[in-house]
Amino acid sequence: MDNIAGQKSGLSIATNLSVIALVLIWLIPTVGLLVSSFRDREQISESGWWRAAFSVSQAYRVSPPAEGAVQDGDLYVLEGNLFNAAQDEDVEAAGHGSGTVTGFGLTSRDPGAAEPGQTYARYEVQVIEEGGEQDDTNLEIAYPAGEEPSFPATDEDGNEILLDPAPIFERSLTVEANGDFRYVDIDEIDRAPSVYITAPQPPEFTMGNYEQILTSDNMDQAFINTLTVAIPATIIPIVVAAFAAYALAWMDFAARGFMIAMVVGLLVVPLQIALVPLLTLHNAIGIGQSFLGVWLAHTAFGMPLAIYLLRNYMIGLPRDIIECAKVDGATDFQIFTKIVLPLSFPALASFAIFQFLWTWNDLLVAKVFLPSQSESWVMTVKIADDLLGSRGGDWGILAAAAFVSIAVPLLVFFAMQKYLVRGLLAGSVK
Amino acid sequence: MSPIITGLITIAVAVAGCAAYFYASNWVVDRVIFPPRTDDQGRNIRRATKIRPWLFIFPAAFFLSIYLIYPVVGSFWRSLFNRSGQEFIGLGNYVQMFSEEGFRVAFFNNILWVIFVPAASTFLGLLVAQLTDRLKWGNVAKSLIFMPMAISFVGASLIWKFVYANDPDIGIINAVRDTFGMEPVDVLQIPFWNNFFIMFILVWIQTGFAMVILSAALRGIPEETIEAAIIDGANPFQIFFKIKIPQILPTILVVWTTITILVLKVFDIVYAMTGGNFDTEILPSYMMDYMFRDDGRATAVAFVIMIVVTPVMIWNIVQARREMR
Repeated sequence: MDNIAGQKSGLSIATNLSVIALVLIWLIPTVGLLVSSFRDREQISESGWWRAAFSVSQAYRVSPPAEGAVQDGDLYVLEGNLFNAAQDEDVEAAGHGSGTVTGFGLTSRDPGAAEPGQTYARYEVQVIEEGGEQDDTNLEIAYPAGEEPSFPATDEDGNEILLDPAPIFERSLTVEANGDFRYVDIDEIDRAPSVYITAPQPPEFTMGNYEQILTSDNMDQAFINTLTVAIPATIIPIVVAAFAAYALAWMDFAARGFMIAMVVGLLVVPLQIALVPLLTLHNAIGIGQSFLGVWLAHTAFGMPLAIYLLRNYMIGLPRDIIECAKVDGATDFQIFTKIVLPLSFPALASFAIFQFLWTWNDLLVAKVFLPSQSESWVMTVKIADDLLGSRGGDWGILAAAAFVSIAVPLLVFFAMQKYLVRGLLAGSVK
Repeated sequence: MSPIITGLITIAVAVAGCAAYFYASNWVVDRVIFPPRTDDQGRNIRRATKIRPWLFIFPAAFFLSIYLIYPVVGSFWRSLFNRSGQEFIGLGNYVQMFSEEGFRVAFFNNILWVIFVPAASTFLGLLVAQLTDRLKWGNVAKSLIFMPMAISFVGASLIWKFVYANDPDIGIINAVRDTFGMEPVDVLQIPFWNNFFIMFILVWIQTGFAMVILSAALRGIPEETIEAAIIDGANPFQIFFKIKIPQILPTILVVWTTITILVLKVFDIVYAMTGGNFDTEILPSYMMDYMFRDDGRATAVAFVIMIVVTPVMIWNIVQARREMR
């Protein structure tokens, strides 16, 4: 209607842009989780998931074997190619992937301190400290290979560097982009020196995170537990509620209005109020903390919505059909099972989806009514109580675990969205 | 026995049991207690018809009274006793609780939640509903904004933990700050404002709900009213604010109250994001701190939540009764 008149094209562009922006805000966090769950753990800590499609510069420690070191005057020299010399599989992979070094260094603290084609050298120098005292310290400098080193005026702490007495050379490393290196040391090279390079690692996607949580982190057990909680807790309330809904919709009795009001009121009762008395009750009658207890609790907690949704739907069924059946001598039981129940399928489906999503996603009821041992944990409890603590920094594992837990609801959601929307529209008190 | 087998058996027993119960109870009423014999046929059928609704309702009523009605009384009663449940201390738990800083923080934060989350969700939901109304790809957009409804609160918290992470290589917020040369900041530890970062997760989930309902309401507006406004020369903003909003106001109210009720129940998000630290506690998570440790205190908190919910409950019942007439 708006587009006949009064709708300007500028407004239309603005509308499109704002919807795109909103959709992006809504989608980006979930996409981030999904991408992260497939990324290699090392890469997750090196670059953000939004750069997952690009190579990651990763640092490697390489220890080229000391064989072949020669003496050159006062110094000892070792030459070779770092990619060939590497025993580390990752470095070899990096070498094969791109074959280029993007940076190198002598310490793990700063593995990419120098660029290829430079020489990176460590000297012992004398500095004047703040108080005017003279002290010796180590200084690493990078300069173009083949040129003379030039020393900065101050070190990184701001202390003045003295050029007299002259700095004492300790060792240096020159690396070319293709991995050729020249290592010079003042001491004899009798064991493999440790040098560091950074090399681009091609983007790497893996199922490793999923494998790990499903095999060694017991997420598979939690998945089965969630399924075990959700399915009976979805089916049982439907059966019980359907009969009650039929009675409230199509049977005449004095307390009907009161019962309906009761159900509407119970829709909003906070679950919190039920926890302590019911757990006490379950313990008293021997159910204790168990799957049976969770099923019963979920059945009851889903009951008001089930009755409300189903009754609203059933009351909308054509009166003629039901009255005809009554005239033909059908009992209420027959009308219910043969006419009303099959016709109410859309409402049953709506409620089933709600209840399934709710029981699958529930943390509170599972935490209170299931045993607290780890073999009965459902996925939400597993994530909230275990993984977030023990694997707090392991983002790949967390992402994979979260995705395992939300995959089924998302599937149900996209497959049955029609019923979900219909149920929402019928279920909110108008 | 593995729980999954127990589960399958339970389903079978429950479904078969229900069917058997209804069939058998009907049979008993119709054939045994009030058999429609020739001499008192009419009277007996009438009697059976009077009893039958209760047969249909009994199982549901049983569950509702044991699991939802009894606990309201049971919780209140329990909250009058001390931690071990041995000693009657009257309103001692409440007095003690209200004098504590932790409870007051949780109560204050909960007020923030109750104001901010329904307002933001309804506003954004209405915005999306209106913007996508005439859009070609509107249904796709709606579907994507609706999607978080399917995700658990724990899953959603984890998703947003990624966004809020301190490390600029994980958290997108700090990545943006990083490109502008700012220091990374842990948004979950900023006093006061951290609450809003946590609340936004629930807004993210609930906007889809508001959008679906309000979108249907917008479509239900009689077209004549809009046509008339266009002919009178109203611009799109006037149409929206002066014609559409007043007509869907009752629906907006429904969405608002539904989300308000939800806000008072959700403990998962705070529990997973901060565990209630950094002054982000709300009543439901505050209650879980005492669950299993001090049942007296836990039920007292639950009862406070119940009292806060009661006005909405009464309002809902009044609405439902009015509609039934």
